[in-house]
Amino acid sequence: MIAFSVILFLADSQLNLFASSRLYLNSLVSPIQYIADAPQKLSSTISENLLTRQALKERNQQLEKDNLFLKADRLLLTQLEHENKQLRELLNSQRNFSYKRMIAEVMSLRSDPFTHQLLIDKGARDGVYLGQPVINEEGVVGQVSQVGSTTSRVLLIVDASHGIPVRVQRNDIVAIVHGSGAWNKLNLPFVQSNADLKEGDLLVTSGLGGRFPAGYPVAKISRFDYQEGALYADVTATPVALLDRSRYLLLLWNDHKLTDSEPSLDLESEDVTAQ
Amino acid sequence: MSLLNSYRVIYSTFLLGLIGAIYPLPIFLNAFRPDWMVLIIFYWVLALPHRVSVVHGFVLGFLLDILLGSTLGMHALLFSLLAYFVSIGYQRIRYFTLVQTTLLVGLFILLTKFALYWLASSLQEIVLHKHYFWSIFTSMLVWPWFFFFMRYIRQRFKVL
Repeated sequence: MIAFSVILFLADSQLNLFASSRLYLNSLVSPIQYIADAPQKLSSTISENLLTRQALKERNQQLEKDNLFLKADRLLLTQLEHENKQLRELLNSQRNFSYKRMIAEVMSLRSDPFTHQLLIDKGARDGVYLGQPVINEEGVVGQVSQVGSTTSRVLLIVDASHGIPVRVQRNDIVAIVHGSGAWNKLNLPFVQSNADLKEGDLLVTSGLGGRFPAGYPVAKISRFDYQEGALYADVTATPVALLDRSRYLLLLWNDHKLTDSEPSLDLESEDVTAQ
Repeated sequence: MSLLNSYRVIYSTFLLGLIGAIYPLPIFLNAFRPDWMVLIIFYWVLALPHRVSVVHGFVLGFLLDILLGSTLGMHALLFSLLAYFVSIGYQRIRYFTLVQTTLLVGLFILLTKFALYWLASSLQEIVLHKHYFWSIFTSMLVWPWFFFFMRYIRQRFKVL
Protein backbone atom coordinates (compact mmCIF):
# COMPACT_ATOMS: atom_id res chain seq x y z
CA MET A 1 0.00 0.00 0.00
CA ILE A 2 2.85 2.37 0.87
CA ALA A 3 4.68 1.51 -2.32
CA PHE A 4 1.45 2.04 -4.19
CA SER A 5 1.00 5.56 -2.82
CA VAL A 6 4.63 6.42 -3.52
CA ILE A 7 4.08 5.29 -7.10
CA LEU A 8 0.91 7.37 -7.21
CA PHE A 9 2.77 10.43 -5.93
CA LEU A 10 5.56 10.03 -8.47
CA ALA A 11 3.14 9.30 -11.30
CA ASP A 12 1.17 12.46 -10.61
CA SER A 13 4.06 14.79 -9.89
CA GLN A 14 6.64 13.69 -12.42
CA LEU A 15 4.77 12.06 -15.27
CA ASN A 16 1.47 13.89 -14.95
CA LEU A 17 -0.40 10.67 -15.70
CA PHE A 18 -3.63 11.75 -14.11
CA ALA A 19 -4.24 14.85 -16.21
CA SER A 20 -7.15 13.22 -18.00
CA SER A 21 -8.62 11.29 -15.08
CA ARG A 22 -8.51 14.37 -12.83
CA LEU A 23 -11.79 15.36 -14.43
CA TYR A 24 -13.53 12.25 -13.19
CA LEU A 25 -11.77 12.32 -9.83
CA ASN A 26 -12.76 15.93 -9.29
CA SER A 27 -16.33 15.15 -10.25
CA LEU A 28 -16.30 12.28 -7.79
CA VAL A 29 -15.65 14.53 -4.80
CA SER A 30 -17.64 17.57 -5.92
CA PRO A 31 -20.73 16.48 -3.89
CA ILE A 32 -18.62 16.77 -0.71
CA GLN A 33 -17.46 20.18 -1.83
CA TYR A 34 -21.02 21.31 -2.49
CA ILE A 35 -22.14 20.04 0.93
CA ALA A 36 -19.29 21.85 2.67
CA ASP A 37 -20.05 25.04 0.77
CA ALA A 38 -23.81 24.86 1.42
CA PRO A 39 -23.95 26.52 4.89
CA GLN A 40 -21.86 29.44 3.67
CA LYS A 41 -24.06 29.83 0.62
CA LEU A 42 -27.21 29.58 2.73
CA SER A 43 -26.06 32.27 5.15
CA SER A 44 -25.10 34.60 2.34
CA THR A 45 -28.48 34.01 0.69
CA ILE A 46 -30.23 34.74 3.96
CA SER A 47 -28.26 37.91 4.58
CA GLU A 48 -29.05 38.99 1.04
CA ASN A 49 -32.75 38.39 1.61
CA LEU A 50 -32.85 40.10 4.98
CA LEU A 51 -32.36 43.67 3.84
CA THR A 52 -34.47 46.59 4.85
CA ARG A 53 -36.56 48.30 2.24
CA GLN A 54 -34.59 51.48 2.79
CA ALA A 55 -31.26 49.77 2.15
CA LEU A 56 -32.59 48.08 -0.96
CA LYS A 57 -33.90 51.36 -2.26
CA GLU A 58 -30.61 53.12 -1.68
CA ARG A 59 -28.69 50.35 -3.33
CA ASN A 60 -31.01 50.34 -6.28
CA GLN A 61 -30.56 54.08 -6.72
CA GLN A 62 -26.82 53.73 -6.50
CA LEU A 63 -26.81 50.94 -9.06
CA GLU A 64 -29.02 52.91 -11.41
CA LYS A 65 -26.67 55.83 -11.18
CA ASP A 66 -23.69 53.59 -11.89
CA ASN A 67 -25.56 52.00 -14.73
CA LEU A 68 -26.28 55.39 -16.27
CA PHE A 69 -22.62 56.36 -16.17
CA LEU A 70 -21.53 53.02 -17.55
CA LYS A 71 -24.06 53.23 -20.34
CA ALA A 72 -22.88 56.71 -21.22
CA ASP A 73 -19.32 55.42 -21.35
CA ARG A 74 -20.44 52.54 -23.45
CA LEU A 75 -21.91 54.89 -26.04
CA LEU A 76 -18.46 56.27 -26.54
CA LEU A 77 -16.93 52.81 -26.38
CA THR A 78 -19.01 51.50 -29.27
CA GLN A 79 -17.89 54.46 -31.30
CA LEU A 80 -14.25 53.90 -30.36
CA GLU A 81 -14.50 50.19 -30.99
CA HIS A 82 -15.84 50.86 -34.44
CA GLU A 83 -13.11 53.36 -35.15
CA ASN A 84 -10.46 50.99 -33.82
CA LYS A 85 -11.75 48.23 -36.04
CA GLN A 86 -11.60 50.48 -39.08
CA LEU A 87 -8.08 51.57 -38.29
CA ARG A 88 -7.03 47.98 -37.74
CA GLU A 89 -8.53 47.02 -41.04
CA LEU A 90 -6.50 49.79 -42.64
CA LEU A 91 -3.38 48.38 -40.99
CA ASN A 92 -4.34 44.81 -41.91
CA SER A 93 -4.02 43.80 -38.28
CA GLN A 94 -6.32 41.20 -36.84
CA ARG A 95 -7.36 41.53 -33.27
CA ASN A 96 -10.62 40.50 -31.78
CA PHE A 97 -12.04 42.06 -28.63
CA SER A 98 -15.29 40.18 -28.35
CA TYR A 99 -14.74 37.35 -25.93
CA LYS A 100 -17.33 35.01 -24.57
CA ARG A 101 -17.61 35.46 -20.81
CA MET A 102 -19.20 33.67 -17.89
CA ILE A 103 -19.60 34.58 -14.23
CA ALA A 104 -18.37 32.00 -11.73
CA GLU A 105 -18.81 32.01 -7.99
CA VAL A 106 -15.91 31.24 -5.67
CA MET A 107 -16.50 28.32 -3.31
CA SER A 108 -14.40 29.47 -0.39
CA LEU A 109 -13.21 26.05 0.67
CA ARG A 110 -9.81 25.26 2.06
CA SER A 111 -7.19 24.27 -0.46
CA ASP A 112 -3.73 22.85 -0.29
CA PRO A 113 -1.75 25.20 1.99
CA PHE A 114 1.28 25.24 -0.32
CA THR A 115 -0.42 26.47 -3.47
CA HIS A 116 -2.60 29.49 -4.15
CA GLN A 117 -5.81 28.20 -5.64
CA LEU A 118 -9.50 28.98 -5.65
CA LEU A 119 -12.35 26.60 -6.27
CA ILE A 120 -15.12 27.85 -8.56
CA ASP A 121 -18.56 26.44 -9.17
CA LYS A 122 -18.24 26.04 -12.96
CA GLY A 123 -16.76 23.03 -14.68
CA ALA A 124 -16.40 21.11 -17.90
CA ARG A 125 -20.18 21.00 -18.21
CA ASP A 126 -20.17 24.78 -18.62
CA GLY A 127 -17.36 24.63 -21.16
CA VAL A 128 -14.47 25.46 -18.84
CA TYR A 129 -11.13 24.29 -20.21
CA LEU A 130 -7.61 23.88 -18.86
CA GLY A 131 -5.59 27.08 -18.96
CA GLN A 132 -8.62 29.30 -19.34
CA PRO A 133 -7.98 32.93 -18.25
CA VAL A 134 -9.89 34.12 -15.18
CA ILE A 135 -10.36 37.79 -14.28
CA ASN A 136 -12.49 39.89 -11.97
CA GLU A 137 -13.63 43.48 -12.27
CA GLU A 138 -10.20 44.79 -11.22
CA GLY A 139 -7.82 42.67 -13.21
CA VAL A 140 -6.38 39.26 -13.96
CA VAL A 141 -6.86 36.66 -11.23
CA GLY A 142 -5.30 33.53 -12.70
CA GLN A 143 -5.98 30.59 -14.92
CA VAL A 144 -7.86 27.32 -14.66
CA SER A 145 -5.52 24.55 -13.54
CA GLN A 146 -7.88 21.64 -12.92
CA VAL A 147 -11.30 20.94 -14.33
CA GLY A 148 -14.06 18.80 -12.89
CA SER A 149 -17.49 18.38 -14.39
CA THR A 150 -19.15 20.92 -12.06
CA THR A 151 -16.21 22.53 -10.26
CA SER A 152 -12.75 23.68 -11.27
CA ARG A 153 -9.64 25.10 -9.69
CA VAL A 154 -8.10 28.44 -10.51
CA LEU A 155 -4.35 28.84 -10.07
CA LEU A 156 -3.78 32.42 -8.92
CA ILE A 157 -1.12 34.67 -10.44
CA VAL A 158 0.64 34.88 -7.06
CA ASP A 159 1.32 31.13 -6.96
CA ALA A 160 5.02 30.34 -7.17
CA SER A 161 4.50 28.16 -10.24
CA HIS A 162 2.60 30.76 -12.25
CA GLY A 163 4.00 33.11 -14.84
CA ILE A 164 2.21 35.55 -17.11
CA PRO A 165 3.59 37.65 -19.99
CA VAL A 166 2.91 41.37 -19.52
CA ARG A 167 3.85 44.74 -20.90
CA VAL A 168 4.13 48.07 -19.18
CA GLN A 169 1.15 50.19 -20.15
CA ARG A 170 3.14 53.44 -20.24
CA ASN A 171 5.89 52.41 -22.65
CA ASP A 172 5.22 48.87 -23.90
CA ILE A 173 8.25 47.22 -22.30
CA VAL A 174 7.56 43.50 -22.18
CA ALA A 175 8.29 41.34 -19.16
CA ILE A 176 7.12 38.22 -17.40
CA VAL A 177 5.43 38.36 -14.03
CA HIS A 178 6.09 35.43 -11.74
CA GLY A 179 4.18 34.62 -8.58
CA SER A 180 6.19 34.74 -5.38
CA GLY A 181 4.07 32.50 -3.16
CA ALA A 182 2.96 35.41 -0.96
CA TRP A 183 -0.55 36.81 -1.29
CA ASN A 184 0.35 40.31 -2.44
CA LYS A 185 3.73 40.11 -4.09
CA LEU A 186 4.81 39.32 -7.64
CA ASN A 187 8.31 39.18 -9.10
CA LEU A 188 9.57 40.45 -12.43
CA PRO A 189 12.80 38.60 -13.13
CA PHE A 190 15.19 39.47 -15.97
CA VAL A 191 14.32 43.14 -16.30
CA GLN A 192 17.32 45.17 -17.52
CA SER A 193 18.61 47.47 -14.82
CA ASN A 194 18.43 50.45 -17.18
CA ALA A 195 14.84 49.76 -18.17
CA ASP A 196 12.47 52.69 -17.98
CA LEU A 197 10.24 51.51 -15.14
CA LYS A 198 8.85 53.47 -12.22
CA GLU A 199 6.99 52.57 -9.09
CA GLY A 200 3.27 52.70 -9.81
CA ASP A 201 3.53 51.65 -13.45
CA LEU A 202 0.61 49.50 -14.52
CA LEU A 203 1.38 46.12 -16.07
CA VAL A 204 -1.18 44.74 -18.51
CA THR A 205 -1.32 41.38 -20.24
CA SER A 206 0.60 41.40 -23.50
CA GLY A 207 -1.25 38.49 -25.07
CA LEU A 208 2.06 37.05 -26.23
CA GLY A 209 1.58 33.64 -24.67
CA GLY A 210 -1.66 33.17 -26.53
CA ARG A 211 -3.33 32.12 -23.32
CA PHE A 212 -4.39 35.43 -21.82
CA PRO A 213 -6.07 38.01 -24.07
CA ALA A 214 -4.12 41.26 -24.35
CA GLY A 215 -4.85 44.43 -22.42
CA TYR A 216 -6.12 43.32 -19.02
CA PRO A 217 -4.45 44.91 -15.97
CA VAL A 218 -2.36 42.49 -13.91
CA ALA A 219 -0.26 44.37 -11.36
CA LYS A 220 1.30 47.64 -10.30
CA ILE A 221 5.02 47.95 -9.78
CA SER A 222 5.68 48.44 -6.09
CA ARG A 223 9.47 48.52 -6.03
CA PHE A 224 12.15 49.09 -8.64
CA ASP A 225 15.67 48.78 -7.39
CA TYR A 226 19.04 47.94 -8.87
CA GLN A 227 22.58 47.51 -7.73
CA GLU A 228 25.32 49.42 -9.46
CA GLY A 229 26.77 47.20 -12.16
CA ALA A 230 24.17 44.47 -11.88
CA LEU A 231 22.68 43.20 -15.13
CA TYR A 232 19.11 42.83 -13.97
CA ALA A 233 17.03 45.03 -11.74
CA ASP A 234 15.15 43.88 -8.69
CA VAL A 235 11.49 44.50 -9.46
CA THR A 236 8.42 43.53 -7.46
CA ALA A 237 4.77 44.28 -8.09
CA THR A 238 1.43 43.96 -6.32
CA PRO A 239 -1.58 42.44 -8.08
CA VAL A 240 -4.36 44.91 -8.85
CA ALA A 241 -7.13 42.39 -8.19
CA LEU A 242 -7.93 41.62 -4.55
CA LEU A 243 -7.26 37.92 -4.92
CA ASP A 244 -8.29 36.76 -1.47
CA ARG A 245 -11.47 38.78 -1.32
CA SER A 246 -13.30 38.33 -4.59
CA ARG A 247 -16.55 36.41 -4.50
CA TYR A 248 -17.39 36.48 -8.20
CA LEU A 249 -14.96 35.86 -11.04
CA LEU A 250 -15.26 36.12 -14.79
CA LEU A 251 -14.18 33.31 -17.08
CA LEU A 252 -12.99 34.37 -20.52
CA TRP A 253 -13.07 32.31 -23.68
CA ASN A 254 -9.99 33.23 -25.61
CA ASP A 255 -10.89 32.74 -29.28
CA HIS A 256 -7.58 34.22 -30.31
CA LYS A 257 -6.03 30.90 -29.41
CA LEU A 258 -7.97 29.12 -32.12
CA THR A 259 -6.93 31.48 -34.89
CA ASP A 260 -3.35 31.63 -33.68
CA SER A 261 -1.43 29.19 -35.84
CA GLU A 262 2.05 29.83 -34.47
CA PRO A 263 2.94 27.14 -31.96
CA SER A 264 6.36 28.71 -31.40
CA LEU A 265 4.69 31.54 -29.51
CA ASP A 266 3.39 29.11 -26.95
CA LEU A 267 6.87 28.12 -25.93
CA GLU A 268 7.77 31.64 -24.98
CA SER A 269 4.68 32.08 -22.94
CA GLU A 270 5.95 30.64 -19.68
CA ASP A 271 2.38 29.96 -18.62
CA VAL A 272 3.51 27.23 -16.35
CA THR A 273 0.62 25.25 -15.04
CA ALA A 274 0.98 23.38 -11.80
CA GLN A 275 0.64 19.68 -12.08
CA MET B 1 -26.47 -6.52 10.06
CA SER B 2 -24.27 -5.24 12.84
CA LEU B 3 -21.33 -5.19 10.42
CA LEU B 4 -23.30 -3.02 8.03
CA ASN B 5 -24.32 -0.81 10.90
CA SER B 6 -20.72 -0.40 12.10
CA TYR B 7 -19.49 0.59 8.70
CA ARG B 8 -22.37 2.99 8.27
CA VAL B 9 -21.36 4.84 11.44
CA ILE B 10 -17.65 4.73 10.61
CA TYR B 11 -18.15 6.01 7.09
CA SER B 12 -20.43 8.81 8.17
CA THR B 13 -17.73 10.03 10.57
CA PHE B 14 -15.27 9.85 7.68
CA LEU B 15 -17.60 11.94 5.54
CA LEU B 16 -18.01 14.50 8.33
CA GLY B 17 -14.25 14.58 8.76
CA LEU B 18 -13.70 15.27 5.07
CA ILE B 19 -16.27 18.07 5.18
CA GLY B 20 -14.63 19.47 8.31
CA ALA B 21 -11.27 19.37 6.58
CA ILE B 22 -12.38 21.68 3.78
CA TYR B 23 -15.14 23.63 5.52
CA PRO B 24 -14.72 27.37 4.81
CA LEU B 25 -13.41 29.32 7.77
CA PRO B 26 -12.39 32.98 8.09
CA ILE B 27 -8.75 33.47 7.19
CA PHE B 28 -7.55 34.18 10.73
CA LEU B 29 -9.20 30.96 11.99
CA ASN B 30 -8.07 28.85 9.07
CA ALA B 31 -4.63 28.23 10.52
CA PHE B 32 -6.19 26.89 13.72
CA ARG B 33 -8.28 24.27 11.98
CA PRO B 34 -7.68 20.90 13.69
CA ASP B 35 -6.53 18.08 11.44
CA TRP B 36 -9.79 16.19 11.62
CA MET B 37 -8.75 13.42 9.29
CA VAL B 38 -5.68 12.52 11.34
CA LEU B 39 -7.78 12.48 14.51
CA ILE B 40 -10.50 10.32 12.97
CA ILE B 41 -8.14 7.81 11.43
CA PHE B 42 -6.14 7.67 14.64
CA TYR B 43 -9.25 7.02 16.70
CA TRP B 44 -10.81 4.35 14.52
CA VAL B 45 -7.62 2.42 13.94
CA LEU B 46 -6.95 2.53 17.65
CA ALA B 47 -10.46 1.42 18.60
CA LEU B 48 -11.24 -1.04 15.82
CA PRO B 49 -8.03 -2.13 14.07
CA HIS B 50 -9.83 -5.07 12.50
CA ARG B 51 -12.38 -2.78 10.82
CA VAL B 52 -10.36 0.27 9.80
CA SER B 53 -7.06 -0.52 8.19
CA VAL B 54 -4.30 0.90 6.02
CA VAL B 55 -6.57 0.73 2.97
CA HIS B 56 -9.00 3.14 4.62
CA GLY B 57 -6.15 5.53 5.38
CA PHE B 58 -5.07 5.35 1.79
CA VAL B 59 -8.53 5.95 0.32
CA LEU B 60 -9.26 8.83 2.70
CA GLY B 61 -5.92 10.44 1.98
CA PHE B 62 -6.56 10.06 -1.72
CA LEU B 63 -9.98 11.73 -1.40
CA LEU B 64 -8.44 14.54 0.64
CA ASP B 65 -5.78 15.00 -2.05
CA ILE B 66 -8.47 15.52 -4.67
CA LEU B 67 -10.52 17.75 -2.39
CA LEU B 68 -7.58 20.01 -1.61
CA GLY B 69 -6.19 19.94 -5.13
CA SER B 70 -2.76 18.85 -3.95
CA THR B 71 -0.55 16.40 -5.76
CA LEU B 72 -2.18 12.99 -5.69
CA GLY B 73 -0.73 10.57 -3.18
CA MET B 74 0.66 13.09 -0.67
CA HIS B 75 -2.00 12.63 1.96
CA ALA B 76 -2.67 9.07 0.81
CA LEU B 77 0.91 8.10 1.61
CA LEU B 78 0.95 9.80 4.99
CA PHE B 79 -2.45 8.55 6.13
CA SER B 80 -1.64 4.98 5.19
CA LEU B 81 1.64 5.29 7.10
CA LEU B 82 -0.29 6.69 10.06
CA ALA B 83 -2.81 3.86 9.96
CA TYR B 84 0.03 1.37 9.65
CA PHE B 85 1.92 2.63 12.68
CA VAL B 86 -1.18 2.85 14.83
CA SER B 87 -2.31 -0.64 13.82
CA ILE B 88 1.11 -2.03 14.79
CA GLY B 89 1.11 -0.43 18.20
CA TYR B 90 -2.56 -0.22 19.09
CA GLN B 91 -2.22 -2.69 21.97
CA ARG B 92 0.35 -0.47 23.61
CA ILE B 93 -1.33 2.85 22.78
CA ARG B 94 -4.60 1.66 24.35
CA TYR B 95 -2.91 1.56 27.74
CA PHE B 96 -1.60 5.09 27.42
CA THR B 97 -3.09 7.81 29.59
CA LEU B 98 -5.02 10.58 27.93
CA VAL B 99 -2.07 12.96 28.26
CA GLN B 100 0.19 10.47 26.55
CA THR B 101 -2.18 9.89 23.64
CA THR B 102 -2.59 13.63 23.27
CA LEU B 103 1.16 14.03 23.02
CA LEU B 104 1.27 11.14 20.55
CA VAL B 105 -1.39 12.81 18.40
CA GLY B 106 0.66 16.01 18.48
CA LEU B 107 3.75 14.09 17.43
CA PHE B 108 1.93 12.34 14.59
CA ILE B 109 0.54 15.63 13.28
CA LEU B 110 3.93 17.31 13.54
CA LEU B 111 5.50 14.49 11.52
CA THR B 112 2.67 14.62 8.98
CA LYS B 113 3.13 18.36 8.56
CA PHE B 114 6.88 18.06 8.12
CA ALA B 115 6.43 15.26 5.59
CA LEU B 116 3.81 17.24 3.67
CA TYR B 117 6.11 20.25 3.59
CA TRP B 118 9.02 18.15 2.47
CA LEU B 119 7.01 16.43 -0.28
CA ALA B 120 5.57 19.72 -1.52
CA SER B 121 8.92 21.47 -1.47
CA SER B 122 10.44 18.65 -3.50
CA LEU B 123 8.05 19.62 -6.30
CA GLN B 124 8.17 23.41 -6.26
CA GLU B 125 9.51 26.22 -4.17
CA ILE B 126 7.07 27.22 -1.46
CA VAL B 127 6.88 29.82 1.25
CA LEU B 128 6.30 28.46 4.72
CA HIS B 129 4.20 30.58 7.05
CA LYS B 130 4.79 30.28 10.73
CA HIS B 131 1.12 29.61 11.45
CA TYR B 132 1.35 26.43 9.39
CA PHE B 133 2.15 24.60 12.61
CA TRP B 134 -0.49 26.15 14.85
CA SER B 135 -3.05 23.50 13.99
CA ILE B 136 -0.95 20.98 15.93
CA PHE B 137 -1.89 22.72 19.16
CA THR B 138 -5.58 23.02 18.31
CA SER B 139 -5.64 19.36 17.31
CA MET B 140 -4.07 18.40 20.64
CA LEU B 141 -6.55 20.63 22.43
CA VAL B 142 -9.47 19.05 20.61
CA TRP B 143 -8.26 15.45 20.93
CA PRO B 144 -9.49 14.62 24.51
CA TRP B 145 -13.00 15.94 23.79
CA PHE B 146 -12.99 14.29 20.42
CA PHE B 147 -11.89 11.02 21.97
CA PHE B 148 -14.74 11.01 24.52
CA PHE B 149 -17.24 12.08 21.91
CA MET B 150 -16.21 9.30 19.54
CA ARG B 151 -16.28 6.77 22.34
CA TYR B 152 -19.78 7.89 23.19
CA ILE B 153 -20.78 7.49 19.53
CA ARG B 154 -19.15 4.08 19.36
CA GLN B 155 -20.97 2.84 22.45
CA ARG B 156 -24.25 4.51 21.57
CA PHE B 157 -24.42 2.92 18.12
CA LYS B 158 -22.73 -0.31 19.27
CA VAL B 159 -20.00 -0.17 16.67
CA LEU B 160 -17.91 -3.32 17.00
